[in-house]
Amino acid sequence: MTSNILKVTLERDAGGQTEFDVPAYESQTVLDVVSWIQQNADPTLSYRFACRVGMCGSCAMMVNGVPRWTCRTHISKVLDGDKVTIGPLRNLPVIKDLTVDMDPFFDKWVGAEAVHHGTLTRDDPIAAVDETSPERVEANAGIECINCSVCYAACDTVAGNPDYLGPAALQRAWTLLNDAKDEGRAAILEAVSGRGGCHNCHSMGSCTAYCPNELDPMSAIAGLKRETAKSFFKRGR
Amino acid sequence: MRAARGITSRAHPLWLAYILHRLSGLGLALFLPFHFWVLALATTDPARLDGFLTLTEAGAVKLAEFGLVFLLAVHMFGGLRLMALEFLPWTPSQKTLAAGATALSFCVAMLFLLKAI
Amino acid sequence: MLSLRLYMAQRITALLMAPLVIGHLAVMIYAIQGGLSAEEILGRTQGSVAWFLFYGIFVVAVAVHGAIGLRTVAHEWGGLKGAALEVFMWAVGLGLFAMGARAVWAVTFA
Repeated sequence: MTSNILKVTLERDAGGQTEFDVPAYESQTVLDVVSWIQQNADPTLSYRFACRVGMCGSCAMMVNGVPRWTCRTHISKVLDGDKVTIGPLRNLPVIKDLTVDMDPFFDKWVGAEAVHHGTLTRDDPIAAVDETSPERVEANAGIECINCSVCYAACDTVAGNPDYLGPAALQRAWTLLNDAKDEGRAAILEAVSGRGGCHNCHSMGSCTAYCPNELDPMSAIAGLKRETAKSFFKRGR
Repeated sequence: MRAARGITSRAHPLWLAYILHRLSGLGLALFLPFHFWVLALATTDPARLDGFLTLTEAGAVKLAEFGLVFLLAVHMFGGLRLMALEFLPWTPSQKTLAAGATALSFCVAMLFLLKAI
Repeated sequence: MLSLRLYMAQRITALLMAPLVIGHLAVMIYAIQGGLSAEEILGRTQGSVAWFLFYGIFVVAVAVHGAIGLRTVAHEWGGLKGAALEVFMWAVGLGLFAMGARAVWAVTFA
């Protein structure tokens, strides 16, 4: 760090100061910087966070044009000299300041049939899961998603194609397709083959490049493309 | 300025491959109608076709031709890369090997062709 | 915006064209040695069923492939959607096919 004062620019709606001088300190996160502004410079600033340890997925913002989980991003890693620009997450409607409306993001999870399709009841015995089966390994690869929407904000296909379900929802659909406890195979394949489905993905890989949990939605979507292509040849449509 | 930062901020290799594939495809699609029109002159106006073909000797046109051949090659290899990525669940090292082998064999074939004629 | 069917058409035509593009590149490199002339091109292609099939298949595939590709770009970068997007795709596809078919015919059997 070159100076003790950070020059922080907030990208927010008209009105209110957009540039702030924030004192720098050791191990400071981007979320710390935003919180300092709200507590000391502008109490009207709106932003969203909860757990501060990278589990809840609520604090993602654009930092110097890149989507990041702000609670686990050290400001020293993203500073451009002593400057940083922080804005609301891309590809989602802004409610106020740094807070976006996550509804479209979660609606698309449901749209991708990324919901549990169970058939057993509480009276059935617990199904045994083979942790070493290839399907389970595929499913395990994607289950650590925290729904932070960083991949959704990083994706240019989402930006240009509002119907596109996006990386997070499709990755969860792929996870459930491989989950022995989920019986929704036909429904999932149908949902991810629709207008906004996996076939709109151009494999640009920004989802995988920016996922804070180092998941690989791009490869999960490729898996969906393979499965839907197989069923295309099987069913002849 | 903001657009430029928007691009540089996500210019990782796969994104660059995506934008190269899109722009090369766009370029080829825009060139094709002209290409077809010139060839169709063979029946309607052969003298004019020859006029176009002698034009290909000019330096600037040669450069443009090189550009078109590059667009075609880059779009084809980019497309094969994309389909390998989507349809063949290979490990990263297998992909690197396959890409290297393809590039090498293409170079060898081209070298052979240039020697042979 | 891209259905499974369009996606498959895009990939199948791409696979079909890969060997054709390599052939086309080879012919180009061969043909430009010592300059291009209408006589030379027509001498190679006129009356040839093989060249007619080679470039005929190429034109059909490129019309399908190009139309679907431009559909995607028109939607993502141009904001075109709904009926206008469908009309645009079909116009590009039929236009490319008509112009390409005319060109292939001109250098083979016309």
